[in-house]
Amino acid sequence: MTEDDLDRNRRHFLVVATAVTGAVGAGFAAVPFISSLKPSARAQALGAPVEVPIGSLEPGEMVKVLWRGRLVYILRRTEEMLSRLSDNADKLRDPDSEEVDQQPGYAANSTRSVRPEYLVIEGSCTHLGCAPLMDFEVRPAEGWSGGFFCPCHGSKFDLAGRVFKGVPAPTNLRVPPHRFVRDDLILIGQDTGAA
Amino acid sequence: MARIEAEIGKPQGGFMKWIDDRFPLTKTMKKHVTEYYASKNFNFWYVFGVLAMVVLVIQLLTGIFLTMNYKPSAAEAFASVEYIMRDVEWGWLIRYMHSTGASFFFIVVYLHMFRAMLYGSYKKPRELIWIIGMLIFLVLMAEAFSGYLLPWGQMSYWGAQVIISLFGAVPWIGEALVEIIRGDYSISDITLNRFFALHVIALPLALIGLVFVHIVALHEVGSNNPDGIEIKELKGADGIPLDGVAFHPYHTSKDLVAIIVFLMFFCAVVFFAPEMGGYFLEHANFEPANLTATPEHIAPVWYFTPFYAILRAVPDKLWGFILFGLSVILPLFLPWLDRARVKSIRYRGWIYKAALTIFVITFFALGWLGTQSADPVYVRAAQFFAIIYFAFFILMPYYTTIDKTKPVPERVVYHD
Repeated sequence: MTEDDLDRNRRHFLVVATAVTGAVGAGFAAVPFISSLKPSARAQALGAPVEVPIGSLEPGEMVKVLWRGRLVYILRRTEEMLSRLSDNADKLRDPDSEEVDQQPGYAANSTRSVRPEYLVIEGSCTHLGCAPLMDFEVRPAEGWSGGFFCPCHGSKFDLAGRVFKGVPAPTNLRVPPHRFVRDDLILIGQDTGAA
Repeated sequence: MARIEAEIGKPQGGFMKWIDDRFPLTKTMKKHVTEYYASKNFNFWYVFGVLAMVVLVIQLLTGIFLTMNYKPSAAEAFASVEYIMRDVEWGWLIRYMHSTGASFFFIVVYLHMFRAMLYGSYKKPRELIWIIGMLIFLVLMAEAFSGYLLPWGQMSYWGAQVIISLFGAVPWIGEALVEIIRGDYSISDITLNRFFALHVIALPLALIGLVFVHIVALHEVGSNNPDGIEIKELKGADGIPLDGVAFHPYHTSKDLVAIIVFLMFFCAVVFFAPEMGGYFLEHANFEPANLTATPEHIAPVWYFTPFYAILRAVPDKLWGFILFGLSVILPLFLPWLDRARVKSIRYRGWIYKAALTIFVITFFALGWLGTQSADPVYVRAAQFFAIIYFAFFILMPYYTTIDKTKPVPERVVYHD
């Protein structure tokens, strides 16, 4: 066969058709591999909701629990703590909890809670996931009315887990889905849609 | 084939010929070893490529032996490392060689990269060697990071938490991406298991493959030298570059000395300071991972701290992620950012010399700041140095253009 006999259109079509078919095949073959990287059925089952008894929690006390391997803080706020929540509204990035991903609708209120007394938040800094430390001491000289401080990169949050301006964390601490089963029992990881 | 068949029954040329008829052994040895000509004026800076290969071999060898006793599960990992350290015969030595090797890998690679910046080794025609080298550096970072999770200590866990969370900053797909990396809703047994797979199979394979093409590309264009002269442009009557000497035995014997000196330093650390005061093995990692408490002071191992300092200097999650990524990737563009007509620093003007000096100081300063706490003073300092870091690269096309260069000689110069 000489160069003249060559059907270039036909050859071009075959090259493109082969390449496209191959690429589509590779794309489909990639699906099971990538899917295998997602949380498995067991991981999902282990991520089931957890019940936390809060009957013995005194005002001003906080417990840490794990849900889906994530740290969750449950803080029983005192009247005084609640009254200080409005101190820093102008220094907060999202004082009214307008960022919808950071809390279920029923916690998008001024105290970011179902029952103002109980703050339920994920103890995972929205910057890079370190566990914020409790710093509930009020230090008026520093303009600090108590809250959470992340030791890794210095992000600060108030007693409703709301982030201060000028720190690396972009959003408020996340409020996990939760509901009160009884007055002394919280279920974390599940809600009824409404409070 | 015909040649082999014709010679059946009359063995000639011995064993090597038998091999050479079936595999290009002698040919390859000649091309890459005995008749690979590299400049005769190599100095101290030209030993780190070979040393990087030595460390790679140390890491592969010790790594294989560590996997024989290590258990990649959250419940057993920490205890299995302690088991290696205490109960396996010589296990402590093998593990300390591996952990020290990780730090030495970065020391050697950073010096190797600095050599390229001194003598313009990334400039045409060696751009691709540099790019492959940068890919090696990226894979090495991934290898070191995935390896650091394996002991399942406090710093393993929280360091991984921080770095994996970084990907959450990617707009739209961030959260899904993080979940796919972890394979769970938090860093767990599943994450540890897959990091183990990456650390012992996928990344080492990629590393070896990249090192291979790095050398193939190098031997195609030939090594640079401290004068930045293309020695292939002046060849003798025999077709050999006038300024070149064979890799073996000339450069190999020099390399052998370097390897011995290197191993002296390496052994000194392995035997007398394997933790290196908390820089090679961080103190917090002697505690098993605790999911409920971040260590008070969290910092990556020293080789990541310059980039980590930049990440921390940015008071915004997305921009922190972007600038962090940029600081790692920017050197990749050096071949095109550097517009100087000469390669070697010997023939560059004062501007590049000053810029490179400031860059080195900046890199060390960022590295130190990255090990410190997130104190506002340190964050300010990190912001200052981060700006210089980026300025070094971004202003490079400008200052390398106006810098006054000296004429480059035809032949390499003997310096003392």
